[in-house]
Amino acid sequence: MSQVQLSSVSKRFNDTTAVDALSLRIEDGEFLILLGPSGCGKTTALRMVAGLESVSDGEISIDGEVVNDVPPRYRDIAMVFQSYALYPHLSVRKNVEFPLRQQKLSKAERDEKVNVALELLVLSELADRKPGQLSGGQRQRVALARALVRQPRLFLMDEPLSNLDAKLRLQMRADIVALQQRLKATILYVTHDQVEAMTMGHRIAVMNEGKLQQIGKPADLYNKPANTFVARFLGSPGMNIVAASLSGGSVLAGGAPIATTEHPDATAINIGIRAEDLVLSPDGLPCTVVLVEDLGSEVQIISDTQQGERVTVKCSPDSQRPVTGDTIYLRAKAEKIHYFDAITGERLYDLLPQDSAVAETVATNETSESA
Amino acid sequence: MSITTPDAPASPKKQRDSRLALPTKSDHVRGGSYKRRESALGLALVLPATIFFAVFSFYPFFKNFYEILYVPSININNPAKFVGLTQFWDTISSSSFLDSLRSTAIFVVCSVPLGVLGGIFLAVLAHQKLRGIAFFRTAFSSTIVSSAAVAGAVFGVLLNPADGFLPWLGIHFSPNILESPTLALPAVALISSWQFVGLSFIIMIAGMQSLPEEVLEAASMDGASSWTKTWRVTMPLLSPSIFFASVVGVIFSLQSLGVIDVTIGPYGAPYTHTNVLIYAIYNQFVQYNNPGSAACYAFVLFVITLIVTLVQFRLVEKRVHYGQ
Amino acid sequence: MASKHVRRARVNKVVRYAVLTVFAIIIVFPLYIVFLDAVLSNSQIATTPPTLFTFHPHWNNFAVAWRVGGVSHYLFNSILQTSIIVMAQLVTSILAAFAFAFLDFPFKRTLFVIMISTLMIPFEVTLVTNVQTVSSLHLFGSTVGLVIPFLATGTGIFLLRQAFMQIPKEMREAAVIDGYSNMQFLRRVAVPLARPGIAALAVFSFLGAWNQYLWPLILTDNNVSIRTLQIGIKSIGGGVDSANVQIAASAIAVFPLLVILIFFQKHLVRSLTAGAVK
Repeated sequence: MSQVQLSSVSKRFNDTTAVDALSLRIEDGEFLILLGPSGCGKTTALRMVAGLESVSDGEISIDGEVVNDVPPRYRDIAMVFQSYALYPHLSVRKNVEFPLRQQKLSKAERDEKVNVALELLVLSELADRKPGQLSGGQRQRVALARALVRQPRLFLMDEPLSNLDAKLRLQMRADIVALQQRLKATILYVTHDQVEAMTMGHRIAVMNEGKLQQIGKPADLYNKPANTFVARFLGSPGMNIVAASLSGGSVLAGGAPIATTEHPDATAINIGIRAEDLVLSPDGLPCTVVLVEDLGSEVQIISDTQQGERVTVKCSPDSQRPVTGDTIYLRAKAEKIHYFDAITGERLYDLLPQDSAVAETVATNETSESA
Repeated sequence: MSITTPDAPASPKKQRDSRLALPTKSDHVRGGSYKRRESALGLALVLPATIFFAVFSFYPFFKNFYEILYVPSININNPAKFVGLTQFWDTISSSSFLDSLRSTAIFVVCSVPLGVLGGIFLAVLAHQKLRGIAFFRTAFSSTIVSSAAVAGAVFGVLLNPADGFLPWLGIHFSPNILESPTLALPAVALISSWQFVGLSFIIMIAGMQSLPEEVLEAASMDGASSWTKTWRVTMPLLSPSIFFASVVGVIFSLQSLGVIDVTIGPYGAPYTHTNVLIYAIYNQFVQYNNPGSAACYAFVLFVITLIVTLVQFRLVEKRVHYGQ
Repeated sequence: MASKHVRRARVNKVVRYAVLTVFAIIIVFPLYIVFLDAVLSNSQIATTPPTLFTFHPHWNNFAVAWRVGGVSHYLFNSILQTSIIVMAQLVTSILAAFAFAFLDFPFKRTLFVIMISTLMIPFEVTLVTNVQTVSSLHLFGSTVGLVIPFLATGTGIFLLRQAFMQIPKEMREAAVIDGYSNMQFLRRVAVPLARPGIAALAVFSFLGAWNQYLWPLILTDNNVSIRTLQIGIKSIGGGVDSANVQIAASAIAVFPLLVILIFFQKHLVRSLTAGAVK
């Protein structure tokens, strides 16, 4: 059993608040992703869980015990670093064995554990090499092996894939997910890559400027972002946000009706529409085309509204394409429009039930449609 | 504080007491006792060096002032007599001190520029990609191995006035170069600069190797000849190394006692002309048994070294700002 | 056109080698003379034109230096005092540099500044008092007295601190999480990773200790039995009848350093690339 509870945990460095009253709970066997742009405090949060950073305020507890003052070595956690932090002077085997040397194990027991870890990560053949002789992906696997050889109750991973090239990253993503399922490991995983978050985590906690924005299953976050930040951050491209007003059952944007709505009249709100939920039409929101990107399977039209809001539209490669400088008119599917408060950015109308700290189900690894 | 981990067979709890102190720097996570242990360990680790420095650097450094300000009484049982700065002024206004200062200046001027320029020149030569360049680099740095005594011995042979190289090359000095009041000092300075050129070369080549390669490549793409590249790009970028080598060279030459001692010795004919500060300290202290006077000389040497070092710090600091 | 360039490049290359060779000869020449004259008789040394090569090495010089000149003792003393100094400097520097690089303790900054400021105190300034101190400890004329002022080095601490600070922070954090204590981290990670810097310090400190002159000159004045090789070379003297013996002793003094230089030249350069000039 291992679960981690952060109760309004804050971290202040001098005048700046890196993490602001963060509360979240990681369940036993859960793969929780801390997602956010760089500098949002996610790494600081992770390091506080590790014990590498002190807690300014609030409490962190592991398995019900407050660990604020417990040094890292007694927390029984393992961490995978962005830079892997492999010891260049030690062979792969010695690197993996390194954490075990602090435990009172016989040589045979150590070897046994190391061999299991090496096998699990398909490293047996590389056991005698030095990290310098390995590729990036192999180093990454050594780092993972080193983390799991000790069978800690909690894994912390700090952007472990960001130093890999795109193809390897894809593969390692799958490998880590498979590994997690196999070991039923509890993982707190930090990344700025929303695709990673969407595809890997049971739940995602989105952070910005030290504050938790939303926590929930990937699909929930994607389909019902709690605010414009989450809406823009998740998805590729992020959600289009434009100023709009509601009048007489119509959504007006750029002065033109673009969809129907069942919500009462309102002015000064923002609406969010995903690129795939916009359609080219003879009338609607007028936009000037900036760039047309052909991705093969689809075409992305990047355009600006007259107010200068960037709007991206996805359409089928078979459809007729505008060229740069053209004016296009966009309409949206009514049920796919998200409404946000123009000032606070908070979601309006159809809120998700507040994510109770306890996730109902974590056993299945939900992946969203954006994958 | 402790965590119970029923599923971890080797509970870390057991190991706790056997550990000295805890790791991370400025990590306030730990309870007070861990922090105290780290403090204790830190202090324990710097203790040996601190003791040696206290006894053999700082104590003598301050004691040096005492030696300047007090002179021993004639009766050994009486306490030393406070003389204020009298001894210091007397010493540094003496003609032998002024001679010594002048000799030191001549020695530095004759040895340092040559050593530094030689180092630059050799580094430019050796900073190219050629097969076997490592051999030449080792050759150029080889003078670093020669001690004062060895340099003195071999140049004693090379500068032998009666036989060997000088007569063969048709060079005759009268009197013998190492006994000449005018030439002995520059000659010894030359020996010293040969000794120094190896280290100078190492500093320069290290500096060149840490130059950003793209800058030189960009210069090549811009069509710069290797001459232009050397003068317009490499040299300005190398200036910190050149400066560093100059300072090291000045300090090295201020401390070149051995070479003079072996080639000329305290009683050589041009003694007064080769009695550089460092040698004067030795002579005052050992030959004349006059520690007070030696302390005065030493203080002047310290001030000179301090000025040179401070100038270096200032310039290095400037460069850091410049570099970023 | 192309072949002209190729030919020019080839000529260029030959010229480069020629220039390198000429200057290598000039620089190495005195050292060459050390090894050459070490196997020449006194009359061969003092000839005009000078002897530049010999097919009949006169090995006897070494034997004379060894037995009559006292080089056997001097060499032993040099090895002894150099080993003590190098070992002690490594130990004190590694410990202090590690503390400064990785630990948090009271007066850390002050102590560091104090240690670095020793670089500004030339040894000569401390000479008079150190002789008195060593005498009052009854160490004058002893091996301990010979080495004791040199057991710690500000340069070494500075150099190794730089080397330690280049170890990525994550490696230390990984070790912390894995339950390594400071001293274990020092032994298992920091020292192995800082090996190039430590090697460079060892070489510099070896060169310095081996070639030391002023201190042993004063300290061994009254005790020939602890005299080091450098002072031995001086005491043999370079007179008409002893030049060959003196040079043979010099060759013995230089040889180990030359071997070290050949193996560590790259290390020295690298330690300066990363450290001092930075």
